[in-house]
Amino acid sequence: MNTSNTVSDLACSQISKCFGSVQAVDSVSFDIPPGSFFSILGPSGCGKTTLMRMIAGFESPDNGDIHIKGSSVLRIPPNRRNVKMVFQHLALFPMMNVYDNIAYGLRCNGSSRSDINKKVHEVLERIALPDVANREIHQLSGGQKQRIAIARCMVLDPDVLLLDEPLGALDLKLREAMKIELKLLQHQFNTTFVYITHDQSEALVMSDHVAVMNEGRFEQIGTPQNLYHHPKSAFVAGFVGDSNQWSGKVIERTSESITVACGAGFDAQSFATDMTSAGIGDHASVYVRPEHIQVELANTDPTVRVNTVNSIVGHIDSLLFNGANSRVLVRDQLGELIEADITLTGSHDDPKPGDAVTLSWAPARSLCF
Amino acid sequence: MSRPVAKDARNLALILLFMPFALWILLLIVLPHIGMFVLSLKEKVAPRVYEYGFDNYINFAQEPIYWNTLLRTGTVSLLVTFLALLIGFPVAYYIAKIAGKRTKGALFLLCLIPLWVSDLIRAFGWILLLRETGVISSALQASGIINTPIEMLYNDATVVMGLVYTVVLFMIVPLVSTLDGMNDEMIEAGYNLGGNGFTVLRRIIIPYAMPGIVAGCIVVFMLSAGSYLTPILLGGKNSSWFTEQIYDQFISRYNWESGAAFGFVLLLFTSIVVWLGLKLSGQTLSSTVAKS
Repeated sequence: MNTSNTVSDLACSQISKCFGSVQAVDSVSFDIPPGSFFSILGPSGCGKTTLMRMIAGFESPDNGDIHIKGSSVLRIPPNRRNVKMVFQHLALFPMMNVYDNIAYGLRCNGSSRSDINKKVHEVLERIALPDVANREIHQLSGGQKQRIAIARCMVLDPDVLLLDEPLGALDLKLREAMKIELKLLQHQFNTTFVYITHDQSEALVMSDHVAVMNEGRFEQIGTPQNLYHHPKSAFVAGFVGDSNQWSGKVIERTSESITVACGAGFDAQSFATDMTSAGIGDHASVYVRPEHIQVELANTDPTVRVNTVNSIVGHIDSLLFNGANSRVLVRDQLGELIEADITLTGSHDDPKPGDAVTLSWAPARSLCF
Repeated sequence: MSRPVAKDARNLALILLFMPFALWILLLIVLPHIGMFVLSLKEKVAPRVYEYGFDNYINFAQEPIYWNTLLRTGTVSLLVTFLALLIGFPVAYYIAKIAGKRTKGALFLLCLIPLWVSDLIRAFGWILLLRETGVISSALQASGIINTPIEMLYNDATVVMGLVYTVVLFMIVPLVSTLDGMNDEMIEAGYNLGGNGFTVLRRIIIPYAMPGIVAGCIVVFMLSAGSYLTPILLGGKNSSWFTEQIYDQFISRYNWESGAAFGFVLLLFTSIVVWLGLKLSGQTLSSTVAKS
């Protein structure tokens, strides 16, 4: 991942942390190149917050080492690490106004009064809120608070900025806007951002690299496209993006393909990858993304099956209209629901609930683990 | 038709619910104070002959022993308030921020246990410990540290200690509830942005806890300045507590007019101190004591 020969801003090697008998973080290693937007994506309770708290210095790892700009920070207390953090609830100080909130860190490191004044106004310009210096925190909107929390960290010129799900408390509309804004701010400051989230769309939209975390371990690190199209584990395939999942027994395995009998009256064939070690008779899971499934109206009798590989017949249960991202829920013969993307044109040819349909997909588009 | 009836019923319910409180305030607080104030303006010129005027208040101002006692009571109460804050803050901080969920409840309960015993019994407890033939003095003698028994009662230090002991709880409770409301993230952010322990305490925790601190201080100061039992029992005749003067006027001298005037002087004095405290700390009554 680290292609240039510059020192990475943040590197963790084999860090682990236990809380009692719970292994919160389990030998996690990664390396973040300077100036990139790195996300750690995982379900709640996967250890991502613990990992971040170790980087910030609020917890110390049981094993492993953390390097910032090439030097180990394990022995450095949190207030002297040049890693700043935007907290989940932002933690702006309600008893200070915006100016004092931003100036707090500068005062702590003993900057002169004129220096503080200059820097605070500079950073407020950069986040495009030049006139709020004398406002109280409760007078700001959610998006403004967000930007002040980032400015409060950025004014200290950190090596790494940690963000712990800061968009969680915002409403949907604002969250969408802040995603883009965060990315722009990161470009503008050109500082390494480490962003923690359980929301895959936040991670995919903003990041240069994403690490998917589960049960204390990194399942996969890669670019968003890479994770989406080439997941290396069942967890990543299921967690990143939407997927239909079937499980069954492997009935055929060749060097190029693997076929799984899925119980629902069809067999699923995927191209074999090095991730699948399953042999004939082993249990395996197949993942197919909704956008890779083709929906065709089945005019013939659904009991007559031409092809049972990567093809399912069923009835439309409901249509989920969402403009260009419309979906159809198809109930197969076992009563399971399958999601598939379709285009609804608004004409009379559109499929309607109750219609019999055939779903099919290319073997290259399904993943087997 | 039904709507006005429902509205009337609601109003009636409100009035009935509000009545005990209103009666309590009116009959036990407002009326007695009006009566006391009228009484304090009376002066006996001959048996059963009274004149109205400020003579009782002028008497108070002219007699140094009276206002010296009042100032002393005020100063010592301020000291008690300060010590209670000094002791109560770390305790409250521990309960609210450091202790685990279950320990928190247990510790809070432990703080409340002394309240189950009456003030009088607790004061006698101190007397048992501190008097010349008391537990501490005997123990020190038995261990050979001292030769003659020492009297640890009847001095200012004992009075201050006894008062701090009685009132510290009323400092801890409001502090715990304000500190409890403080998100831990705030403290961590304080460190993360480069503050050391002292900066975080001074710039973040104390300003955040200010409403609780002021609320606790007001309650503790009022309780301390108005207390009677602890200063008398632990301080004896030397305690010179202002409530003792009021008691003397009412009971020993049977001079109710003057006693009532003293009572009002004390009320005025403590109110001014509280007002000054609020002004200095930049808080208001509604942001501290009346905060829900």
